[in-house]
Amino acid sequence: MLELKDLAVSYGSITALHDVSLSVGQGDIVTLIGANGAGKSTTLRTISGLLKAQRGSIKYEGKEISNQPAHEIVARGISHVPEGRMIFANLTVHENLLMGAYLRKDRAKFHEEFEFIFGMFPRLKERSKQVAGTLSGGEQQMLAIGRALMSKPRCLMLDEPSLGIAPILVKTIFQKIVEINNSLGITILLVEQNANLALEVSSYGYVLETGRIILHDKSSALRVNERVKNAYLGG
Amino acid sequence: MMARYSKLVLLAVAVAALLVSKFVSFDSYFLIVIITIGINIILATSLNLVNGYTGQFSLGHAGFMAVGAYSSAAVTTFGGTHWFEIFGGVTALSTTSLFIVALVMGGLAAAVAGLVVGIPTLRLRGDYLAIATLGFGEIIRVILQNTEKMGGSRGFSVGGTYTTFFWTYALAAVTVYVVANLVHSAYGRGFLTVRDDEIAAEAIGVNTVKYKVVAFVLAAFFAGLAGGLYAHFVGYLTPEGFNFMRSIEIIVMVIVGGMGNTAGVIFAAVLLTLLPEWLRGVQQYRMVIYSLLLIVLMLTRPQGLFGGLTWPTRWLRKKTASPDANAA
Ligand SMILES: Nc1ncnc2c1ncn2[C@@H]1O[C@H](COP(=O)(O)OP(=O)(O)OP(=O)(O)O)[C@@H](O)[C@H]1O
Ligand SMILES: [Mg+2]
Repeated sequence: MLELKDLAVSYGSITALHDVSLSVGQGDIVTLIGANGAGKSTTLRTISGLLKAQRGSIKYEGKEISNQPAHEIVARGISHVPEGRMIFANLTVHENLLMGAYLRKDRAKFHEEFEFIFGMFPRLKERSKQVAGTLSGGEQQMLAIGRALMSKPRCLMLDEPSLGIAPILVKTIFQKIVEINNSLGITILLVEQNANLALEVSSYGYVLETGRIILHDKSSALRVNERVKNAYLGG
Repeated sequence: MMARYSKLVLLAVAVAALLVSKFVSFDSYFLIVIITIGINIILATSLNLVNGYTGQFSLGHAGFMAVGAYSSAAVTTFGGTHWFEIFGGVTALSTTSLFIVALVMGGLAAAVAGLVVGIPTLRLRGDYLAIATLGFGEIIRVILQNTEKMGGSRGFSVGGTYTTFFWTYALAAVTVYVVANLVHSAYGRGFLTVRDDEIAAEAIGVNTVKYKVVAFVLAAFFAGLAGGLYAHFVGYLTPEGFNFMRSIEIIVMVIVGGMGNTAGVIFAAVLLTLLPEWLRGVQQYRMVIYSLLLIVLMLTRPQGLFGGLTWPTRWLRKKTASPDANAA
């Protein structure tokens, strides 16, 4: 469903990605793991049109989508939950979710997504009138995921959903990610530092090191791979 | 229901303005102050759309005001004679229509200037807008100083003083109405998302460049209208009247009122116009006291007088009736 081929991206003179190729199949959960600064976020930002690619191609459902504006990409069904709590702090929870559906014209059907999101994260329902900046870190992450779902994506890209969240809540969030994949059939590209959990919920994994894919395999195989174990799973 | 309210309020302000201008006679000092307040409300409310609601930083509002002032003054001064010939002499109708045309031309000229400055700079993320608008304000001033036809640095005598209490407050009401309804509409939430988090806004499909340009051009248009009112109020324009300090004064109104708070910004426009007047008694310390008050305010309420409060404009809002509201 999503195919990157020889993707190269730089920030000015710093090259962040060299020839990154990866593929995500329809309905899969695929994870991209790697150390700080490996280029994981850069990869997602390039797919979602926030960054320009220097070289290479990004194909989505068979069509070339590299270097299209971000709103084009969202309209095509790819939704990106950016790293860090990028919610709209001065809008309410409800308004944040509405903004997620910004490009949709079928207002009458929003309630379906609202029901799903509030069913999954009841906390958001309780706080729907609350200004999002006052939510806890975990709640903001739920909101960011909910907002991304409001665009009715077929492919959801999550950038470190576990960042700065208590371990117990991390488990819940990962369960919800699996639930989104199962019950909505949304394809997921998951970027994580927490390689353990990421490899548990995903079927396939890519390992990124300083802008290059150094390894890729079934997640079950990566979990027992010596190199991965030493570098990312704490020995 | 809310929509009807806000239109009623707009109408009420316009009618009140008309009645006041017909039946109440101000002494001339009071009239000067009250019209200056109205013009400042237009300037501050419109700049608030850019610096407050959209989170950009424009330093050139006086430049757009200058474009509007000189353009509209050119229309009435150089076009007036022809206009009166065509419309059968100087009548109430012909002067009013000339004035309206001049104001609109002033607004449009400023909007075009906004487009020219805004499109290249707003594409870039970061502080380019501040620098570009700062440069723009200065360039406009230098151009005006060297345009002999418009009086150069000696100044320009405007064809007529048509600005009245009614026109000032009718346009102030329109500005407030447009800005308040815009930012609280479903479309207008886009401005707030650009301010809160530009990258997240882009990630959900908001065309952030377009929003920034719309805010900027609209603000320039209203600044142009304010310039037109000002030109036909004072009757004499000098490029120095639109210097950098003028822009700063408007920015201070926005900051004191609370960025992104229409009611607060209106209040600040009133207060900060009156304050120097009240301080006339202590002439030599005036600017010192003014500056000290601003410092104290910023230390005690960094978010502005009304920052963080939203209630004063709720009743002015057009409620966007959304079917999804029930789902929440
Ligand atoms: N805006 C930027 N300007 C310049 N360099 C950048 C920028 N953003 C990222 N980089 C650089 O690009 C490289 C990849 O960064 P990226 O954010 O993609 O890493 P990451 O894998 O997501 O790391 P983390 O796990 O810490 O989030 C890093 O070396 C980083 O310093
Ligand atoms: Mg990252």
